[in-house]
Amino acid sequence: MTFSPELEERFAKFLTSYPPGRQRSAMIPMLLYAQDELGSISDEVIDEVARRVGVTPLQVNEVLSYYSMLHKKPLGKYHVQVCTNISCLLMDGDKLWDHACKKLGIGHKEVTADGEISLEEVECMGACSWAPAIQVNYDFHHKVTPEKLDQLLDSLRKKP
Amino acid sequence: MADLVKLTIDGREVQAAPGTLVIDAAKTVGIEIPAFCYYEGLSLAAACRMCLVEVEKMPKMMTACTLPVAEGMVVRTETPQVKAARKGTLEFLLTNHPLDCPVCDKGGECELQDMVFRYGAGESRYNETKIHVPEKQYSPVVFFDAPRCILCFRCIRTCNEGMGVGALGVINRGAVSEIAPSSGDHLECDECGACIDICPVGALTSGTYRYQTRPWEMTHVATICTHCADGCKTTLGTRNDRIIRGNNRDRSGINGEFLCIKGRYAFDFYDAGERLQAPLARVNGKLEEVSWSEALLLVAKRFNQVLADGGSFGVIGSNHTSNEENYYLQKFAREVLRTSHIDHHRTGDVVALVDALSGQTGKLATVADLYERKAVVVLGADLSLEHPLLSNQIRANWRHHQAHVYAVSAGTVREDKYAVASVRVGNAAETSDPSRFAHPQGKASAAEYLAALEQLRDKLKAEPELVMLFDDSFKGGDVRKLVEFGESLGIPVKYIGLVDYSNSRGAIDMGLTPELLPGYKASGQPGLHLEEMLAAELSALWVVGANPFQSGAARKAGFLVVQDMFLTETAALADVVLPAASAYEKNGTVTNVTGEVQKLKHAINTMGAKPDLEIMGFIAREMGVAGSLGPWIPDAVFDEIRKNVRGYEVPAPVIATGGAAQTAPVNGRVPVELRPDLVHSDHNGLFASGTLGRYSKVLHTVLESRLSR
Repeated sequence: MTFSPELEERFAKFLTSYPPGRQRSAMIPMLLYAQDELGSISDEVIDEVARRVGVTPLQVNEVLSYYSMLHKKPLGKYHVQVCTNISCLLMDGDKLWDHACKKLGIGHKEVTADGEISLEEVECMGACSWAPAIQVNYDFHHKVTPEKLDQLLDSLRKKP
Repeated sequence: MADLVKLTIDGREVQAAPGTLVIDAAKTVGIEIPAFCYYEGLSLAAACRMCLVEVEKMPKMMTACTLPVAEGMVVRTETPQVKAARKGTLEFLLTNHPLDCPVCDKGGECELQDMVFRYGAGESRYNETKIHVPEKQYSPVVFFDAPRCILCFRCIRTCNEGMGVGALGVINRGAVSEIAPSSGDHLECDECGACIDICPVGALTSGTYRYQTRPWEMTHVATICTHCADGCKTTLGTRNDRIIRGNNRDRSGINGEFLCIKGRYAFDFYDAGERLQAPLARVNGKLEEVSWSEALLLVAKRFNQVLADGGSFGVIGSNHTSNEENYYLQKFAREVLRTSHIDHHRTGDVVALVDALSGQTGKLATVADLYERKAVVVLGADLSLEHPLLSNQIRANWRHHQAHVYAVSAGTVREDKYAVASVRVGNAAETSDPSRFAHPQGKASAAEYLAALEQLRDKLKAEPELVMLFDDSFKGGDVRKLVEFGESLGIPVKYIGLVDYSNSRGAIDMGLTPELLPGYKASGQPGLHLEEMLAAELSALWVVGANPFQSGAARKAGFLVVQDMFLTETAALADVVLPAASAYEKNGTVTNVTGEVQKLKHAINTMGAKPDLEIMGFIAREMGVAGSLGPWIPDAVFDEIRKNVRGYEVPAPVIATGGAAQTAPVNGRVPVELRPDLVHSDHNGLFASGTLGRYSKVLHTVLESRLSR
């Protein structure tokens, strides 16, 4: 399969970024960028990445299923990740999570019917000082309250 | 050798070679450090944490399985801290373990059971709900029960490193990690079952063995696999005259614990519905069941009649029957039936190889040589599919000793992955995505192979030593050319001439050819070859364990006697069919592809079937000629072989105790015209085994059998 010219360019760079014989090191960045472009990682992408870095599709699957930021199922346009690890939990991260589930009517790793928003309960994101924290795609939001979450979710929906 | 390192383990001084791991060094003085993930010959994982030991001057406990010995190191393996760590590790391993030992196949031979019994805590502090996942079937022969898995990754490593297949992996992480198969929800692999044997717990179980028995209820009989020529020892677990499983966990035999699907599962032909269990005789044109005494009398009378009338006999022997049977058969043919029309299906030109090496000794490689020699050239055969053990030895040699492997073949082979040089010859186009089981892959001529070898000459010359394997692409004069090439390199070269079946080599050694007597002595009597016998109007044709009429040839012989396990194309044409015992139902010896003699051990009885040797003896008795042929007892015949057959003067205790001894037939010239036209290999892949393979259910139920022939 082929990817967009931009992605192909990145891949070509990744494959030469590591010492000879270590092309498999390019696997994670390739998967991450492919996911950003395609929304999720299909079996077709797995086979293609496996072929390009010289491993078996099973080995790509091993990596893919290990890292929680890599997904095989399509996510929403906005992927909302709520931390319920210890610091955030102490700051009512669990209530924030419950609130988000209730408001969107979906649960862990589920997507709203319109495909706009998906939810994921995640472990520590390294933002303990500003707990409770959430991450929407690559953007952090700190000291989130249920009200702030409502506003944020509403604004995401309104985005073009 | 470098100086030994001195260290202290539990107060005892230990000496070990530099680089030795503490766990192995401890073993040399009888100190056992428990471990799950550590496995000799595989890469280190340090995953199970069971082997933690205290080492002086190291702040934390260390994993003995990854720690190399160092001068002056002080290790303690039985301190309260170590004991607590082991207990803790086991408690963690048991958190999600279902403890279903009473119904688990592994119960009784489970490493987790043993460890908990010895080092573990009797009670658990884990009160939460255990994670449970239903078991999955990965193939007809492999089942996976995730909750039992302790994630030692032995299966993954043995598949990836040992077998070179890489069909297993681990997906997800933490408590929900599990072993996953290569192809979505199922395995696409060699179906060898090595992962099941190596599993320390009952997570991977065998489709054929599961829920059949408890391990302690079986009798274990170590015998030789009757499929390909590699001569793997398979230890059959039997109960009430049934074979329940095959494995070789005790690493006895030339194969260690290696077995392919044929050795581990394809014993099932013995129980096929088509198995003959009573003699058949042709009555009014149809084969009907008769008693053994009737059938034997019928054959003996007819044989005596033909002898009296001065008629002609033809005898066709087998690639699977034992040396004793082959020896007795040729003696019967030559001395009693007074015929030189005796032959078998030749699958490799061993005669030419032995002839080309005449006057030399130590030129025939053993299975062990493939693991020890510095360089190997594979010519022609797709070794990993046709000769799985030989391929495994070479792969292990490369992995452990960085051996130089040269693959010269007509298509992509697995050896390419680690070969220092792969040369493609012939017209086979290289495919970018070859089906791993596609087989066979095209053909090239000996001249093309020899030309490819010339290209490699300088590289090969630089090797300190070499083993060359070749298939039936080399026959007659070409074998001589190959040996000339090998000898011109100026380095020690050993050879293996590949043959197909469990006793193909023995059949040639025992003189199942018109021109050669046992031990490669000239018979001096011209005789008909296999094809000629089929075409000739012989008075009587006697076929023992072979299927020459598979080709659809019309029967010409006046009287046809067939000894076989099944009603093959040949047996269907017979006047009398005598139901034969399989290799697993008799004693005797067989000689593998590298000329190593090993003992077949009687594992079970199948009602109605008799070993071929016994059948031949009974025919002799009925004919009144038993006296001249001698007793039809395997040990007695083997004694005769050892005395009379050149090269078979092997030490009897080695054979008797289940060892392997290489025969050394190489000395004088083999005085015979080479007949390359008679040599033809079946090139069976992993899921085929000639006529015998048809009757193995397991070889046909695995998905991959559709991908190969």
